[in-house]
Formats: sequence, structure tokens, C-alpha cells
Amino acid sequence: MKLQEYRSKEILARHGVPMLAGETATTPAEARGAAERIGGPVVVKAQVLVGGRGKAGGVKLAASPEEAEARAGEIIGLDIKGVTVKTVLVAPAADIAKEFYLGLILDRAARAVTLIASPEGGVEIEETARTNPQAILRLPLHALIGLQPHNVRRASFFLGIPAELRRDFGAVLDGLHRAFVEADADLAEINPLVITDDGRLLALDAKIVLDDSALPRHPDLEDMRDLNEEEPSETAAREAGINFIKLDGSIGCMVNGAGLAMTTMDLVKLAGGEPANFLDIGGGAKADRVLAAFRIILDDPNVKAILVNIFGGITRGDEVARGIVEARAGLEREVPMVVRIVGTNAAEAAEILRQANLITATSLDDAAARAVAAASRASGATA
Amino acid sequence: MSVLVNRDTRLLVQGITGREGEFHSSAMLEYGTDIVAGVTPGKGGQTALDGRVPVFDTVVDAVRETGANATCIFVPAGAAPDAMLEAAEAGVPLVICITEGIPALDMLRVYHVLRAAGVRLIGPNCPGLTSVGEAKVGIIPGNIHRAGPVGLVSRSGTLTYEVVQAMTDAGLGQSTCVGIGGDPIVGTSFVDVLDMLNHDPATEAIVMIGEIGGEEEERAAAFVQREVRKPMAAFIAGRTAPPGRRMGHAGAIISGGAGTAESKRAALEAAGIAVADSPSQIPQLLRAAGVR
Repeated sequence: MKLQEYRSKEILARHGVPMLAGETATTPAEARGAAERIGGPVVVKAQVLVGGRGKAGGVKLAASPEEAEARAGEIIGLDIKGVTVKTVLVAPAADIAKEFYLGLILDRAARAVTLIASPEGGVEIEETARTNPQAILRLPLHALIGLQPHNVRRASFFLGIPAELRRDFGAVLDGLHRAFVEADADLAEINPLVITDDGRLLALDAKIVLDDSALPRHPDLEDMRDLNEEEPSETAAREAGINFIKLDGSIGCMVNGAGLAMTTMDLVKLAGGEPANFLDIGGGAKADRVLAAFRIILDDPNVKAILVNIFGGITRGDEVARGIVEARAGLEREVPMVVRIVGTNAAEAAEILRQANLITATSLDDAAARAVAAASRASGATA
Repeated sequence: MSVLVNRDTRLLVQGITGREGEFHSSAMLEYGTDIVAGVTPGKGGQTALDGRVPVFDTVVDAVRETGANATCIFVPAGAAPDAMLEAAEAGVPLVICITEGIPALDMLRVYHVLRAAGVRLIGPNCPGLTSVGEAKVGIIPGNIHRAGPVGLVSRSGTLTYEVVQAMTDAGLGQSTCVGIGGDPIVGTSFVDVLDMLNHDPATEAIVMIGEIGGEEEERAAAFVQREVRKPMAAFIAGRTAPPGRRMGHAGAIISGGAGTAESKRAALEAAGIAVADSPSQIPQLLRAAGVR
């Protein structure tokens, strides 16, 4: 789960990372109030999870509270890559002498938490990795003992932190590391970390991505989820315990297992269609979950046909088929359904499905082709 | 012959009295796997699976009394890291963890402790493995297999079953099929299993099933180019997956432009591996490579 900048900063501040505290605002008047309380020039920043908000006009300087109100008026309601800005962060502007990148990531390849540092701050680290890879230090930390003073020194000398700020830099990195571990993060970055004209070390922007698997033990962090940036259908799916990602196509997919769900989408595309979603219903494919999944899929008006692909394995196929037929009876909207069930009692399953007027298929390629054909017939009928 | 598990495997099941543990243990017994013990803290002295398997309170007790040499873990995510550590501490050399949803930082510590102890870990978040006709450990349906010369390694569950079924339907049998798991941190990589299958005399060809995210497939491709002379076929799931989104598996995410299906396919093809567009093409690719 990605956290907004102001949430990420909240967590880092708790661990002693120095920054200029700001306030969030959801209206221009609130932004003006925040700027008045802060005093002096401020920066007004859109709180969105998509990258490139600066280029999209989502970050602006304001010299006075009046200007802050005007800039907030321009930013709130702005569409940045499909997300409408609802909240801005109003923070004191800093005079920047030098910018750095400092981050920690869960590094799959190194099987470690890896420290990443670069003297080229303020640009995306992927960009630096492409243009100037020598300007990046990658330092995998020991999995059992974590960040050690020698790691801090290495990063500090690599970045060329002035002697008088080395102690402060140690505190920043230590705070970042503790925040990463205590929040169970996948990524925690400060970009940029700056030295100001008057010689202070400050975190100007921050980003934390949390490990979804660890969220159950962090209810306080779960509360930081921004529903404004989540598709309502994805929220509903999450609450029903279904793995769902909305896409733009016309063929709804319901599959058990993540790898098979991705494969089903790929085969829909290969058959000339476009998948409307990724959906992994999990093990067992029980009737109540199937119903919830159908509702979530059909909530998208673009969906013209549904492809159900269940590899039962040990699960009994006839039970799954009955569940599907039962769930379908409870639906408000009808679209053609192609159902493929493989596993124990697959023949009985197919018979149950046929009696309920569902299209059946034995191979996955065939199922995808039938779903694509059904969707194009359905779109033709409504056009 | 086979890799990792065989007729000499004496299996312990941690969490044998839970719903999943009991269901799948029963299927394993039916397949012929020698389950010698179960562990459920507080239920030591009882038996599971209609009196067929003795239950112990701790892994140490189970190993001492039964000589278990592998363990399959079905305990919930909150307790699974400790269950893996307990197995390692008791000297179990092979740990297969089925559990899904273990926090990555917990897994990082477990990974390094088990590695230092010389324990082979498969998973977590994996379907387990089958040495066809010898032993099945985990949740892969036994009835989809047919004995034969093709080894398989995969990051997925039901997608693996799909491919295995397609091979069996086409008359191509399997030696050992290993699901390594869909999490970012797993105990055993593609390269580890490819190395084992490459050295297994019973394995004449190898199938690899990958997906988006990470760079393990690219590493596997480099290894294959260097070491493997057996015919290979592969499939990569997620060509239509949008970047930046986790596709069900915690490890299936395209981040910063890396980990795409296309880059993995290209790496595998460059290593001389035939890459299928659909799981159903795997048997014909193997046949074309001369596998009988």
C-alpha cells in the first residue's frame, strides 16, 4: 500500500527525521489559513500517489497566504494522470543548497533491505539509474543486525556530507531505517534530502510503500489508506477478500490463483479481446465469494461477457458449478458467461453449466476465444 | 530418480490438525507420501487422520520419535515464520512452507537463518512439490500427474496444474514438479531447482513457468545458457499486467519498468529456451525439441 507524502512524513517525523512541518488542506481557504500559521513563503503540493505531479502542475510556490490560497485553488480539483486532487500539503519553502536521494528498499535479488543513496537528489532514482548509474550507492544491509554505523559512514562519505552534518545525517538514516522496519515497509525514501542555505539537513519529500502482507499487524497504518485513489470496486473486492484489479477491457475474468488469472487475461488478449480485470477468487471458489466476485465484475459497465476459469484440482468441479449457477441467479445484470471448470468431476460440472445455459469450454484457449466472441456479439447487439 | 523428495521422504506436517493441514495431509497419504508425524502444540499424544499419524507438541519431539526428514507447513501467516525456525532448530533438512501472506521482513530473517543452518526451504506461498509416483508434499492435486521425463519449476499454483495437466493429456509424463512460490522472498530460486533437475538422471527435459516481477527468470536464463543442455520450454504469465500493481502474488509486480513479461521472454529466448504463448503449447514445444 502506497502512502501519501504527508502520511509518509508523519511516520518519518515520529522517528526523528528532521523536516519542516506543514499542514494539509482540502480547500483554498484552509490552505491560506495554513500559510498564515506557517508565516513566510510556502510550497503547495498536491497529495496524489501517481508520479510526476510537479510536471503536471501539482507543486507550486507561494510567497504569501493570498498566493497560497490562489495556488491551492489551481491545484485542488486538478486531474493528475486520472486522479483528481482532493488534498494539498502546505509546507514552509526551503532555500536549497544541495539535494540528495536516500532510500531503503526490500531488495528481492539481494534478499536484503538495501540502502540506496545518490548525490543526485530531486529526480527519480530510476532516472538516475539510467543516466548516471555510478552516482548511485547500493548497499545491502545485514538481514539480522540491520543498519550499522559503518553503513552510515559509507553512505555519508559517498554523498559528500559535510563533516559538521555527519552526525545529523546518521540520525536521518537511522530514523529512516527504524521507520522502515517498524512499519514493515517495502520502500521508504526521502527525495530530496536537502542541505539548506543556512546549513540544515531536512527531508523535503518522502514516500513510503507498505508490505500488504504485514498490514494486519498495523491497524494504525491501514487507517492511512487513501480511498480517493482506489477504484470503488477495488475497495469492495479488498473488503470481500478478493484479489481484484480493474482494467479497461470488456471481458470480465474470474479465476482461482494469481498466475492462472494473469494467464487468462493474457489469453483473452491473444484471442483478440481485452480483459476488464484481474480477479483471483482464491481457493475453493465458494458460492458467496463467487457471488461477490460477479457483482464486482459486473459493476463495470464496460463488461460485455464474463470468462470463469477454475482449475479445481482437489476441489470438486460439480460443487463449483452449482455455486456459479446459484450466484448467477442472484445477479442484477446478465451478460454471456463462458465457464471452464477443470478438476475432479469436471464432466458433471459441464452438464450442470449447460443446463443453466452457460457456455462451456474444455481448453483455456477455447474458453478465451468463446468469451471474446460472446463479448463482440453482445457489443454488436447493444450498438 | 527425482529431486528433493522421494520414497525415502519421511514427512512431518506442522499444523496437521488444522482444516487445510488435515485435508491436504489426507490427500498426501492417499498419494502414497509417507507421513510419519504431525505437530500441533497442545495436541501432543493424540493422533490425526483416523489414527494413522501420531501428533506431537514440538518438532524436536516429532523428529526424535519418528526420524522425520522433511516438513510441510500449513500454519497461519502469523505463526509460520516461527514454525520454519522451529523445524530448522530441530535439524529438519527440508522445509516446505505452503502458507501465504507472511510479512517480507519476517521472511528475510527466516531465509538467512535457514540458509546459515544449511536447511533447504521451498516457498513460502507455494503449492509444494511432487516427485511423480514417489511422494507428493503440499497441495498439488496428485491425479493430474503422469510419470515421465519432464521436470518442472514454477512460481505459481493453479497455473502449474494447468501446464502439468496439458502435459499429462498429451502423454508427456513428469519426474519432479516444484512450485517455488509467489512471494518476493522465497527459500529456493529457479536457478536452484534448474540445477537439481539438470543433474537428475530421470529428468530429460525441463519446463519453467515464470511471471512478472523481480529478475529471477533473467537469472535463470543466464544459468541455462551456461549450464543446461537438456531441452527446455517456458511460459511467462502477465503480458497484459499493468505496471505498478501487485497481481495477486506479493512478488508479481512490474516496478520502475523492470520485471515485465516481455523482458523475461526475451531473456529466455536468448538462452535458447522455447517460450510458449499459451500453456497449451508447452507439450508441442517439448515434442518439437525431441522429448518423448
